[in-house]
Amino acid sequence: MPSFRLGLIALLALAAWPSGYAGEAAAPTAASATISIHDFMFSPMLLAIAAGTTVTWTNLDPEPHTIRSVDDTFRSGALDQNDSFAFRFEKPGTYKYVCSIHPQMVATVVVK
Amino acid sequence: MSAPETEVVSRRRALQCLAYGGAGTLFVLSGGVFTPFDLAAAEGAPAVGVPLFVQISDSHIGFNKDANPDVGGTMRAAINLVNALPAQPALVLHTGDITHLSRAEEFDTAAQLLAQLRVTELHTTPGEHDVADATASEYFNRYGKPSAQRGYYSFDHRGVHFVALINVLNFKANGLGALGQAQLEWLEADLKRRSASTPIVVFAHMPLWNIYQPWGWGTSDAEQAIGYLRRFGSVTVLNGHIHQIVQKVEGNITYHTARSSAYPQPLAGEGPGPGPLTVPPDRLASMLGVSSVTRQRHPSALSITDRTLA
Repeated sequence: MPSFRLGLIALLALAAWPSGYAGEAAAPTAASATISIHDFMFSPMLLAIAAGTTVTWTNLDPEPHTIRSVDDTFRSGALDQNDSFAFRFEKPGTYKYVCSIHPQMVATVVVK
Repeated sequence: MSAPETEVVSRRRALQCLAYGGAGTLFVLSGGVFTPFDLAAAEGAPAVGVPLFVQISDSHIGFNKDANPDVGGTMRAAINLVNALPAQPALVLHTGDITHLSRAEEFDTAAQLLAQLRVTELHTTPGEHDVADATASEYFNRYGKPSAQRGYYSFDHRGVHFVALINVLNFKANGLGALGQAQLEWLEADLKRRSASTPIVVFAHMPLWNIYQPWGWGTSDAEQAIGYLRRFGSVTVLNGHIHQIVQKVEGNITYHTARSSAYPQPLAGEGPGPGPLTVPPDRLASMLGVSSVTRQRHPSALSITDRTLA
């Protein structure tokens, strides 16, 4: 539950950000990254980001997927095709996650 | 019989099975050994033994893509077929993936459909699609009571001991389902009290034997559970998840996966992953038709899937 709340806060923070900043990669506190899910694979499977980056996963498969960190730091509900889930990584570390519907789908986010 | 005649019969048979695509599997107790056979083939056939229960699986209510835009309609067809059986079994087991996205409205639709069963005693175990909401609460709010919210429980019916296991929570990152230590300890204690002559039926969503690890078609700690079952004279292990019939017989243990009432999935390893398989209707018919007929007449056949695609 706490992790879910964190995810929500991350989403709210993103929504509140002035739209003009969205395209400026240089803005250090507005860093974002995307991971797509396609053909039962997270892409990229290994993502390195700076602390404070918000990662958005988007499921492109017609099959639903979920995002569940192995240590339970973050977890999404079921993402149907074209649904997204966002989480802001505040703490450095290595976060391994799986799709709980297809746990053979394993990927990692490294936060520096 | 001439070759063309055979062709006509098998085609009709295939189309008939297509009409009831994935209707379910009926089990009869015959000489102490469970014999699964396809419902589409059972319809109209003389009654064999007393129906003990029907297994329905992988309804995926909420799915609406090309592989089957009307999963409610095919689930209703499956239920109608059960209701039309000449002798009603006492139980229905649903082996999971009742819903597609664990959404409340999907569970509600499924409940309305399941309420149309003439068989009133329904037992369930969830699939990973039923516990995909972030808190896994929608399933347990509705079906958690028999297991005190744990997901695993047992009951007896007509001298048969039924055990429901849950292997879709607490995934390890090895891709397989898992039972977990607490459940395994409970299972060992639950079985210890039974005599070896008690027929045992174990049901869980993901296969309790390793069918295809790269797609997670197995349960990492199932072997420990199977170890507790080996001393029994008749054990039937029923699973869903892979949307196709696969059977294995090992000693006194028969493993069997049921078809889906929603859509087929590819054979192990064919394509990018275990998603819905959209196939031309004539190909689907051939797959379903051949597999169901073979199943009924040769219950000890080891690989119905191979025969289906031959």
